[in-house]
Amino acid sequence: MTPVAGEISSYLGRRARWSPLEIAFWIFAFATIWLFPGKHLILTETAILALFALSLDLILGYAGIISLGQAAFFGLAGYFSGLVAKYGLINDPALALIASGMVAAVLGFVTSFLVLRGSDLTRLMVTLGVALMLGEIANRFSNITGGADGLQGVNIAPIFGLFRFDLFGHTGYIYSLVVLFICFLIARRIVYSPFGLSLRALKGNSLRAAAIGMPVNRRLVAIYTVSAGMAGMAGALLTQTTAFCSLDVLSLERSADLLLVLIIGGTGYLYGGLIGAVIYKFLQDWIASLTPQYWQFWIGFVLVVIVLTGRERVEGWTAAVRAWIAGLGARFIARPARLRASSERH
Amino acid sequence: MPILETKGLEKRFGGIIATNHVSMTVETGARHALIGPNGAGKTTLINLLTGVLRPTAGTIILEGRDITALAPHQRVRRGMARTFQINQLFLDLTPLETIGLAVSERLGLGGDWWRFVGARNEVTREIAETVERFRLGDVMHKRTATLPYGKQRLLEIALAFACRPQLLLLDEPAAGVPEAERHELLATITTLPADVTVLLIEHDMDLVFSFADRISVLVNGGLFVEGSPEEVARDVRVKAVYLGEELDA
Amino acid sequence: MLTILFDGVAYGMLLFVLACGLSVTLGLMNFINLAHGAFAMAGGYCTVVLVNWAHLPFALGLPLAFLVTALLGALLERTLYVHVYRRSHLDQVLFTLGLVFMSVAAVDYVMGSSQQFVVIPEALQGQFIVFGVGMSKYRLLIILICGLLTVGLQLIVAKSRFGSRLRAAVDDQRVARGLGINVGAVFTLTFAFGSGLAGLGGALGAEILGLDPSFPLKYMIYFLIVVTVGGTSSITGPFVASILLGVADVAGKYYVPKLGAFVIYVFMILVLIWRPQGLFARTTSR
Repeated sequence: MTPVAGEISSYLGRRARWSPLEIAFWIFAFATIWLFPGKHLILTETAILALFALSLDLILGYAGIISLGQAAFFGLAGYFSGLVAKYGLINDPALALIASGMVAAVLGFVTSFLVLRGSDLTRLMVTLGVALMLGEIANRFSNITGGADGLQGVNIAPIFGLFRFDLFGHTGYIYSLVVLFICFLIARRIVYSPFGLSLRALKGNSLRAAAIGMPVNRRLVAIYTVSAGMAGMAGALLTQTTAFCSLDVLSLERSADLLLVLIIGGTGYLYGGLIGAVIYKFLQDWIASLTPQYWQFWIGFVLVVIVLTGRERVEGWTAAVRAWIAGLGARFIARPARLRASSERH
Repeated sequence: MPILETKGLEKRFGGIIATNHVSMTVETGARHALIGPNGAGKTTLINLLTGVLRPTAGTIILEGRDITALAPHQRVRRGMARTFQINQLFLDLTPLETIGLAVSERLGLGGDWWRFVGARNEVTREIAETVERFRLGDVMHKRTATLPYGKQRLLEIALAFACRPQLLLLDEPAAGVPEAERHELLATITTLPADVTVLLIEHDMDLVFSFADRISVLVNGGLFVEGSPEEVARDVRVKAVYLGEELDA
Repeated sequence: MLTILFDGVAYGMLLFVLACGLSVTLGLMNFINLAHGAFAMAGGYCTVVLVNWAHLPFALGLPLAFLVTALLGALLERTLYVHVYRRSHLDQVLFTLGLVFMSVAAVDYVMGSSQQFVVIPEALQGQFIVFGVGMSKYRLLIILICGLLTVGLQLIVAKSRFGSRLRAAVDDQRVARGLGINVGAVFTLTFAFGSGLAGLGGALGAEILGLDPSFPLKYMIYFLIVVTVGGTSSITGPFVASILLGVADVAGKYYVPKLGAFVIYVFMILVLIWRPQGLFARTTSR
């Protein structure tokens, strides 16, 4: 190998390796199980929201597909997992989780062809339309879904027959966190792979991507399907940890909140959804304690303000904060300095 | 066997005939130039050859096989790559990532989602070779958007080259490149391997006449004159077309 | 069946009046205004306040709804929207969604969340029976008003100077500016007018569509379908799309009650598959 090739090889190898900051993040994440034993219920919601946001980041931040309809996959799998538990079709929650994810992935695959063509507006329309349509179905077939009252009588069996779900949400939180971590690992592999690189390329210039031999549509369908599956798993997690599922899993508000989470956290570097989810939940908790009923108003207000200030500026601030934290991390954790190329998303 | 053949290639936009029954042949290993006044339809022809546009009539044959119905990315797999007149690059990626992507796609690794980019030695070797050939070593870690225009143009060609095509279509590679950076660009084009056939669209006559061994002249969408550089340079009709003079009947 | 057709046409024309402002804004400013339904809601509630509480006659309540909403539109356009014109579509979606959430919550707070009914004058209640077909008087009025508006709009756009300025600005903003057309003023006026129409539609439609704080969210998809299917480069496109949609929806809900609402979604998806730019879009790309 020539020196240049060697340098390139070690650079690429270093880039894909886990940074100290990442490791610290996940150690802390798992430590919260013991650090905040009383907060497991809200932490579970946060983990689920983080997984949901991760799924959107894959298509929005990496492949550039604008979607207002991730709730469709979330809700479909949510209801599916509830129904299979209620009627005893699949008893083990972990199995049901995977099955629900696959059902959502199938829906993603089938609808992916609609987002391939057309402009941003068309994609918005189509994704929104699919989500609203599912909401309408759930509403109409209330004899199955429980309609506005929600799905009743859902009993979730212990995971692997061993871990029973408890009232304080301990099992639920650990379960959700583990699922989040596994999905994150998969997403991380995708992002650093040639496939992930091809997504970033086709987001930037799909004309040129095709001109270098990339089957653009196939890649888009693939990532859309994966994203749908992950969103579905998040939805199933919600149903399983709360033993309940209602129409708001398919609502426009849910898709909109998700976009807000990603704006707060930033897109295109995987941790945006996770960090955004944490901040969002904090915000929600705080504002809800002030004005419980009109949370929607303040969400709207924040959206308007963020857009008026400029999303790039907000992203710039969050990037600056991230860089500062990364700087702190590098100082406190003794490791040789890594090559920081401008291509790294930090 | 010629590497590329078009038979009666035609493209209409409503009432406008942009490409008028073009039947041309590009021999394997040739350095073939396509020239013509502005609006002659040169880029349209390239777009037809690469599949960006669908012809209204005619066929395109690459290495003996009919590719008229193939999509752009499929044509690349068959060995034809192009550059664009106005840079079409991945502005947020670095040259390293850009070339790495093209190499991965070519080796069929584009769909690999499990291994990280650069896990395979042949990939890194090829990236290194291409980076060095196109003198991008000093900028390979910089975001493409921040590169000077000359370097971007080099990357534009490097990207097409990384697809290791049998036929390379260069659409006005020297366009917009400042005088100071032209030399590097021209040196790179003239040192392309002999087994890569090059079809070059250019306005820069110095480059055309020093580089090409065969020239086709396109006027109003149709092939006007074709021949060796000496023949074309001597042809009165070509001069007339370029200078707008009236042609003798 | 003819009654269904009649009801469908009335519904469709109402949808058109509601949605055409959105279509023009999208075509003119390339701006996705998801908050369009909020203006309709404003018009509806305005009429409720004026007619039910202030006891103004219905005939006065309608034009006032138009005026108030138009003014509101002009105000918001000059202060807020103008900053977001050049942003990406995603930003516009987020911005207008934010406005929708704010307006929905605000109206809920001020007016309560129950459905509001506009008091309709006696003369408009009941039906005419023509050749055995029952035609609700109110729906007849809707068809009349909306029909006149449509014709008027078409005339303005096609024949008036403002209309030609508008069409120029839609076609190519930069060139229009270069010709001395005050594009900013055209924008404000058009936005105000479109919002006013939405308000009028909201006032007219309160009876048929149901008026409550969730109106903008419920009907957003309908407006978007009209615009997507009908395209944004003409008046006739959205008009035909609205009529089709109105008839399809009413017929669907009548004949297949369980699945009636899906007819429009399926319709929209099929159209988008076939023609991603809408049924009536111009062939020139933007």
